[in-house]
Amino acid sequence: MTQIALSPETPTNAPQLSEEHDNIEHTKVEVASQWQLMWWKFKRHRMAVIGGIVVLIYYIVALFANFFAPVHFSTYNDQYVYAPPQQIRLFRDGKFNPYVYGYRFERDPVSFKKIWALDEETIIPVSFFTRGEPYKLWGLIPGNLHLFGPKEEDAPFYLLGADKTGRDVLSRIIFSSQVSLTVGLVGVAISLILGILIGGISGLVGGVLDNAIQRLIEILISIPTLPLWLALAAVVPLDWTPLQVYFMITVILSLIGWTGLGRVVRSKFLALREEDFILAATLDGVPQGRMIMRHMLPSFLSHIIAQVTLSIPYMILGETALSFLGLGLRPPVVSWGVMLQETQKVAVLASYPWLLYPAVAVIIVVLALNFLGDGLRDAADPY
Amino acid sequence: MLKYLVKRFIYMIFTVWVITLISFAVIQLPPGDYVTNLVQQMLAISGRELTPGYESQLRELYGLNEPTHIQYVKWIKNIVTKGNFGYSFLYRREATELIAERLPMTMTLSLASFVLVWVIALPIGIYSAVNQYSVGDYIATFLGFIGLAVPSFLLALIFLFFSQRYLGRAMIGLFSPEFADAPWSWAKIADMLKHIWIPVLLIALGGTAGLIRTMRANLLDELNKPYVETARAKGLSETRLLLKYPVRHALNPFISTIGWMLPSLVAGEVIVAIVLNLPTSGPVLYQALQNQDQYVAAGFILLLSVLTVIGTFVSDVLLAVLDPRLRLQ
Repeated sequence: MTQIALSPETPTNAPQLSEEHDNIEHTKVEVASQWQLMWWKFKRHRMAVIGGIVVLIYYIVALFANFFAPVHFSTYNDQYVYAPPQQIRLFRDGKFNPYVYGYRFERDPVSFKKIWALDEETIIPVSFFTRGEPYKLWGLIPGNLHLFGPKEEDAPFYLLGADKTGRDVLSRIIFSSQVSLTVGLVGVAISLILGILIGGISGLVGGVLDNAIQRLIEILISIPTLPLWLALAAVVPLDWTPLQVYFMITVILSLIGWTGLGRVVRSKFLALREEDFILAATLDGVPQGRMIMRHMLPSFLSHIIAQVTLSIPYMILGETALSFLGLGLRPPVVSWGVMLQETQKVAVLASYPWLLYPAVAVIIVVLALNFLGDGLRDAADPY
Repeated sequence: MLKYLVKRFIYMIFTVWVITLISFAVIQLPPGDYVTNLVQQMLAISGRELTPGYESQLRELYGLNEPTHIQYVKWIKNIVTKGNFGYSFLYRREATELIAERLPMTMTLSLASFVLVWVIALPIGIYSAVNQYSVGDYIATFLGFIGLAVPSFLLALIFLFFSQRYLGRAMIGLFSPEFADAPWSWAKIADMLKHIWIPVLLIALGGTAGLIRTMRANLLDELNKPYVETARAKGLSETRLLLKYPVRHALNPFISTIGWMLPSLVAGEVIVAIVLNLPTSGPVLYQALQNQDQYVAAGFILLLSVLTVIGTFVSDVLLAVLDPRLRLQ
């Protein structure tokens, strides 16, 4: 009996429950703020969330490069010139006890080049949170703690190999992120200012000025970027300090990069001018400055953020290309492009392929930023 | 229609004029000029200072003693009236010859890449849209993103490494050694075809990603429109239906992409050519910029830009022919 009584109950109960659930969901959506809605929409875009996490990790590593890198990027050891990558082995005698093998080498009888081999008899124990080379974090805080490294400070430890002066490629890649990632940020900041100013004027004033600015943007877009970048970068004098060169390069990159942002800002201003709430604000006598900052800007801020995220990878790639060609940043500054410069010679590339690892770092972060930007763009319009 | 074309044409001429200004201004930016460079080089080689008189004589010889705007006017006048791009200080020959040697190869490469981008991106874009959220769609999207993230010069580097490792030689250049300096012949063209697909593929891969996504998005918008339903209800076969209406419709924005794709393809060509050491404009432009060989540098920047502007104009015309709505505006 009970069984029969139960069965008609279940179907009637279930829709009630879900309806109630729907209602809660619904009211939640109705009262949610714009940013809340965007966050929900963004979370559903799985690749974008992964991209965001990867980007976050990159920037954290860049911020604490001294801690994450086993040694400083300028630390060299001429005994280990072009030493090949060591493979990390996690278990020894069945216990978690990471180590790497040491090196031995023979001389090539003809070219006197060192021929490296891993020496399986020398075991170099490796550990996490080890004390190693002392450093000053951000030039201020002294420390010697490293995320990982050999237990003995002087033991050779080249997980991604060594370069022509025996510097650790992995540490250099980690330190490079400081320059390569901030070039993107600073460059985007400059193009953002230019884009908002010029695009805003274009959209707000309209008329002849708008037309002129649009033509200018069209012209800038029609010039192939690389020849122009090369020409501008060739202008940078050789005796400038690395910091001056760094800023010059970001300015060069953003001089051409602002056009995309300028267009987005303009089209948003044009669309907003026709909106009722802007008309209402105008009739209320809101001054123009307040109108832009308080009423217009918040309604397209999300689009700007998405657009900015999508422009960062282009800045990173631009810097890498210029530095790779030797026209961007120059040693002793270390960026991914500067590191790749050495692979310009085919012979070097063929003998020491691990020098290509910085390219992997570039590809991953550019991919992550693209996914993140794509998700942000989708989320920017949650309605 | 005519009014629209005339308007676009006037814009194009204006753009070209601004580009001549920009390309000339950019090469004037570095402090000093070719003679300063030369004097320094001589100083480094022989260790002797040149007499100031000789230096100014050299400037006069090269026409570098005149004010910049006069130099610009002369430069433009020679290009327009005589097709003369000036003199290459570095190679000690006419810049025009140098450009004529290199530029056709750049155009060939860029156009071939352009065609390849379309050939790859169109079918994949259509497939992705029709089979939205299928495994193939995800693979296409993912590969597309990788193409977007890996710049062509990195692809070229990675390619060089693999060709060196597995073929035993670096695949650089466009010709086998025996043909490099030979005059043009059928055998040389055949030899070039054997090599040219590598850079073409490397340059094209970057451009395909964006186009696949554009095509996919455009077609997805069209596929849900009522006219597609109508055609289907009338019993049109699925392929014919797809190609005859929505794809044609989705192609319009595609053609307008010529304008923004050409500059990036040319830029990609320049850097890939430097990495792979191709006999195109890239390496010469790079050298010219480093040595302040100003007329060669300006000539290349000018012509590369002008070609892309003409490409954009052609795409505008094509668009007007294909899309009647534009003509009526």
